[in-house]
Amino acid sequence: MASKIISATIRRSLSPRTLPHIRPLSTAAAVTAAAEPYDETAGISMKGVKISGRPLYLDMQATSPVDPRVLDAMLPYFVSRYGNPHSRTHLYGWESDEAVEAARAQVANLINASPKEIVFTSGATECNNISVKGVMHFYKEKKKHVITTQTEHKCVLDSCRHLQQEGFDVTYLPVKSDGLIDLNELRSSIRTNTGLVSVMAVNNEIGVIQPMEEIGQICKEFNIPFHTDAAQALGKIPIDVNKWNVSLMSLSGHKVYGPKGVGALYMRRRPRIRVEPQMNGGGQERGIRSGTVPTPLVVGMGAACELAMKEMEYDEKRVTELKDRLLNGIRAKLDGVVVNGSTESRYAGNLNLSFAYVEGESLLMGLKEVAVSSGSACTSASLEPSYVLRALGVDEDMAHTSIRFGIGRFTTEEEIDKAVELTVNQVEKLREMSPLYEMVKEGIDIKSIQWSQH
Amino acid sequence: MLRHATKRILGLGLAESRWSAPRFYHERVVDHYNNPRNVGAFDKNDPTVGTGLVGAPACGDVMKLQIKVDEETGKITDACFKTFGCGSAIASSSVATEWVKGKQMEEVLTIKNTEIAKHLSLPPVKLHCSMLAEDAIKAAVKDYEAKRGKPVASTTDKAAEA
Repeated sequence: MASKIISATIRRSLSPRTLPHIRPLSTAAAVTAAAEPYDETAGISMKGVKISGRPLYLDMQATSPVDPRVLDAMLPYFVSRYGNPHSRTHLYGWESDEAVEAARAQVANLINASPKEIVFTSGATECNNISVKGVMHFYKEKKKHVITTQTEHKCVLDSCRHLQQEGFDVTYLPVKSDGLIDLNELRSSIRTNTGLVSVMAVNNEIGVIQPMEEIGQICKEFNIPFHTDAAQALGKIPIDVNKWNVSLMSLSGHKVYGPKGVGALYMRRRPRIRVEPQMNGGGQERGIRSGTVPTPLVVGMGAACELAMKEMEYDEKRVTELKDRLLNGIRAKLDGVVVNGSTESRYAGNLNLSFAYVEGESLLMGLKEVAVSSGSACTSASLEPSYVLRALGVDEDMAHTSIRFGIGRFTTEEEIDKAVELTVNQVEKLREMSPLYEMVKEGIDIKSIQWSQH
Repeated sequence: MLRHATKRILGLGLAESRWSAPRFYHERVVDHYNNPRNVGAFDKNDPTVGTGLVGAPACGDVMKLQIKVDEETGKITDACFKTFGCGSAIASSSVATEWVKGKQMEEVLTIKNTEIAKHLSLPPVKLHCSMLAEDAIKAAVKDYEAKRGKPVASTTDKAAEA
């Protein structure tokens, strides 16, 4: 306690807002002083980067904050209703079980499914693993072929690669320059032993929405299970598992203002789709995913889905307005700004831009007051340009310059305006020192130059 | 409690050393990125100017380094650069211009990429940036000599030795 008093006194005497009267050295005063949010005027220094305050957050595709209303729903299940939902012998277990089942219904409601078709997991990555590997392993006697796209999330691609090592055949469908797949190409890739088609609904890097209904129709025609990774779509675009005709769908909690560490897998009951479990154990979640269901997280995901259901329309409108504000703001001051991916079929909250003649990594380094990323969080550490942009056929020099702005429920107009200002300043500064921009201004065609390769 | 108090007294000093992970930019890189030295361009048709352009946009790095040479003494009186690339590439070229200024042409050819990399504490994945800077210096000197039509005798000797 003594040290606490000392620290509080020193802080108060150093602080510019010294109180006019001398406060008694009571412990109560010390406690209030310690409870004050820490002083941010000195700036934050982390990983070698010094910034004056917390950066504004425009990376909603990586993860979203937990909605306070979601947190409110979760809290009781941490401290007082902490029972194991699988305990059948006492009230603690019963109330937890009830909460889990209510959350299951909330999730099912948002995608027009039955609660019995929802399996809780640790996240979309686990769902994708269960779907791709689980289905193929279960039907391995007859089905040996998987169709997916080149722009899938890494966990789908990696699961497919794993299947290839086990002797399965995988077709990676190319995408058109707008990021969408060619339906005729999908149709012609289907074989008699195709066991699964996996196409993500909303792309995590460029935000394009695949033609889900049409793909579902083709899969129905050939009677092939259709899996979709809808982690980025949940709560953002209307989802109807029957309209899309999906057999399996991967969902994530932390992309819809829910907690991290929870996801849900939709598994169709009629016609029934079966999978080989990837996790064996106590047989929870109908044996698909053993392991104690984390009640607070699941309750959070349920609450997040219910909120999304209520607010999707409003959010969509707001996010679209903010996206237009951002894009128009940047375009008003800069030329050579390209939106990657289709402009019609896309989710507004994901704006992937390429700034010609500026390198993405140096732009990110200068934009340290804006939390954005050059693509997916999983791959932003590597020097390679994004495989998604390369699949779109974006020129390599343009693929090096991409930045993803993610707008969400809690993004404000002030944040957008500040992001526009900072981005424009930084791009102008970097173009000023870009030899490519100089050449273009002199009228030299960069593509005609014989570059020395390194 | 005591730790809490000392942290308050010392400010963020402690937290800083704990958090700066080595795989992130060295402070010299950040400094050169924020305040790049000698950004600009000389007239490349000027006979006293040598221009080196290296790299490729597809690789994500293009460096243009220019030197202005005193024809009497062979001394580099001024240098400037423009770079398309990551923070390390910008810092490497900025350092390169600082180092070549005021030196003899033969002297700058001995600048090694390893010295630049060491000065900026570049991690292995960024070593190509320093190599590019070395290449840019050499290309600029070569361009100047080509313009003059006669290579500086001692320079070629040095290059051959290296």
